[in-house]
Amino acid sequence: MNPRLCAALGGLCVVATTALQAQVSFARLLNAAQEPQNWLTYSGTVFNERYSRLTQITPANVKELEIQWIWQARSLEKFEATSLVVDGVLYTVQAPNDLVALDAVTGRPYWTFAYQPSPDARTCCGRVNRGVAILGDTLFMGTIDAHLLAIDAKSGQLIWKTQVASAAARYSITHAPLVAKDKVIVGTAGGDMGIRGLVAAFDAKTGKEAWRFYTIPGPGEPGNETWSGDSWKTGGAGVWNSGAYDPETNLTFWGTGNPAPDWDGRERLGDNLYSDSVVALDAETGVLKWHYQFTPHDELDYDSTQVPVLANIDWRGQTRKVMLWANRNGLAYVLDRTTGEFLLGRPYVKVNWMDGFDQKGRPIRIPGMVPTPEGTLIMPTVLGATNWAPPSFSPRTGLFYVALWENTATVVTEGGRPRGVGNTPMGQAMLTPNFKKEEEGYGAVRAFDPRTLDKKWEFKMNDITWAGVLTTASDLLFSGGKEGYFFALDARTGDLLWKAALGGQVNSGPMSYAINGRQYIAVAAGNALFAFALRQ
Amino acid sequence: MTRGARVCTWILAAGLMVCGQRLDAQHETAADIEDGSRAFRDSCANCHGPDGNEITGIDLGRGQFRRPLSNDELIEIIRRGIPGTPMPPSNFSEEQAARIVAYLRSTAASNRSSSVAGNASRGKVLFDGAGTCTSCHRVNGQGSRVGPDLSNIGQLRRAVELETSLLEPDKEILPANRFYRVVTREGATTTGRLLNLDTFSVQLIDSKEQLRSFVKSDLREYGFVEKTSMPSYQNKFNLQELADVVSYLVSLKGRNIP
Repeated sequence: MNPRLCAALGGLCVVATTALQAQVSFARLLNAAQEPQNWLTYSGTVFNERYSRLTQITPANVKELEIQWIWQARSLEKFEATSLVVDGVLYTVQAPNDLVALDAVTGRPYWTFAYQPSPDARTCCGRVNRGVAILGDTLFMGTIDAHLLAIDAKSGQLIWKTQVASAAARYSITHAPLVAKDKVIVGTAGGDMGIRGLVAAFDAKTGKEAWRFYTIPGPGEPGNETWSGDSWKTGGAGVWNSGAYDPETNLTFWGTGNPAPDWDGRERLGDNLYSDSVVALDAETGVLKWHYQFTPHDELDYDSTQVPVLANIDWRGQTRKVMLWANRNGLAYVLDRTTGEFLLGRPYVKVNWMDGFDQKGRPIRIPGMVPTPEGTLIMPTVLGATNWAPPSFSPRTGLFYVALWENTATVVTEGGRPRGVGNTPMGQAMLTPNFKKEEEGYGAVRAFDPRTLDKKWEFKMNDITWAGVLTTASDLLFSGGKEGYFFALDARTGDLLWKAALGGQVNSGPMSYAINGRQYIAVAAGNALFAFALRQ
Repeated sequence: MTRGARVCTWILAAGLMVCGQRLDAQHETAADIEDGSRAFRDSCANCHGPDGNEITGIDLGRGQFRRPLSNDELIEIIRRGIPGTPMPPSNFSEEQAARIVAYLRSTAASNRSSSVAGNASRGKVLFDGAGTCTSCHRVNGQGSRVGPDLSNIGQLRRAVELETSLLEPDKEILPANRFYRVVTREGATTTGRLLNLDTFSVQLIDSKEQLRSFVKSDLREYGFVEKTSMPSYQNKFNLQELADVVSYLVSLKGRNIP
């Protein structure tokens, strides 16, 4: 192997070249940053930094990236999954729930586990899946009919299947599970359809349920009083994006979705805990340790189902263990992840429904900026300033990177359905023509200093974006958008360094891996998965 | 029955004459349509949008599908989904699905206002002649491609909207009808109807009906043309002529090309 490549890969060549298909212990998951040739969790590590320590691809040579292989999914759904790579094998999901193992060098398939969801399965916004988890030799996948499956990583055979909730009752699972020690943790979507959201942990060996936390407290539990009448029973607060895990406190963090009904709070008076919140749960017991509610009594559909990003940053002269969160409601937050203390919050796009926070970090609403009979223009749109697309934190630059929408708005009418203004459509797999002006909404990647939430730079797109963000230890940033471009930016300046037109909307988070001393960048767009590496 | 309900029932009946057999037999009521509306909002609008037009090539509120569909076919799609596509199956009964179809058909019917007291035949003569509309617009293969093709404008726009476009063409320009202007580094200017715009490039059809694509980094200037080149017919047509042209436009429902 070229010694320079070896150096660029941080001395990881031995592991990379031998590509031993060892079992993925929980210790490996915790120390995923030490084996950057692999991508072991949805956002790379249990901290969800979506930051690769690989450095072979640099700002100087990124223009030499070229496609190595393309894998076409047999699905017309949006391809939202982030792949895992374990010792040369890439695992991805063909929507809705076919799990596929590919050779990460050639894109050739090893096996496909085909799953036919129950006809009862219903999803609000696409029959999608965002990825899988691994522990040992077992992959874990949530399904749109609300089951959790364990699948042998070598053979693609089903090991166990557990029903998490009832598909007929409109529960579903669309996100990548999270492994914490010997447990697999998932949440349930369906918050727009009147479910009672939950996060549940299952024994990785047997599939037996270990604990269950309802995101809406039942009668007698603290927080139930924040729901009027029986509204708690069908109050939503779904969970449809991956959580995070902090081994020091053994806490697992999950974002929760909107209260239901989405845009009419008259039948569910109160703050509606723990909707639109982050909940910190003891990973062993599921007991709630703390929570922070981003949008109390939400009537604007501001799901807080973004990926929690954990970071240790300099905070007023001391290292502080924080959680970074760019929320669908247009506000970015820094929370103490051990205590849940609100440290800082600021709008990161145009926001007109609140103005500042009280001392406890509760947003101060602007009177009248709620659904009204005549309609009220609200910014950002109900689809959000960002949505589920995973952000990134680079420990090297110290910046927090978010793919977002600016200048978006919705007219909300009491008892009615919100009407989008300008550029706010749902993501689709295929390219769609764009005729919009900047004032009607645009997409961007922005870099923020988490110490102040000051914007450091911005890369603007004409159209909006549902793509995630990847950064690397060579200070590259990869992202894409609805226009179908996949691009590399300088993570320190936002300067465009490279781009490729992939012919379909980028609805996934990019990731990176290395095999035989060669770094790859993979991203899904349209109905296909693309792998890039430097020209040889 | 309220007056509103009677109107709705009438509109529904008008729609059914055009489009179906099953609903005729069932005699859907205004309440059924309201039920269909509610079901649409709760189950369909998340993907299709509140107006049913957020998926490319489909405009449920205006009766536009990727191919012509009978009521029975629509009911089947609502219930069974379309395998291999994001359109999922549902738990709706046949009756419930029929109410959604009734709602969609009634919406489409209400968008096809017939309140214009004009003569479409006279309108066509004006459109092709004194109005010089075909110098920019195309209808069923005749006329210029520079402006929007109007072959099915009667399905897309209501009479009142068409009238407004004729009198105050700048008042509302649909995003898909916007014009764009680019200037190359060498100073060559091209203006045309925008076909697509992204971060790095622009596609348009120019005044010579040529499809043009430009890379923004090669351009000195680029941007939207804020004022339309379409003239106002306020002082060109009298009221009857205006009504005739609107009537003609409303009659344009597209062609079936076998």
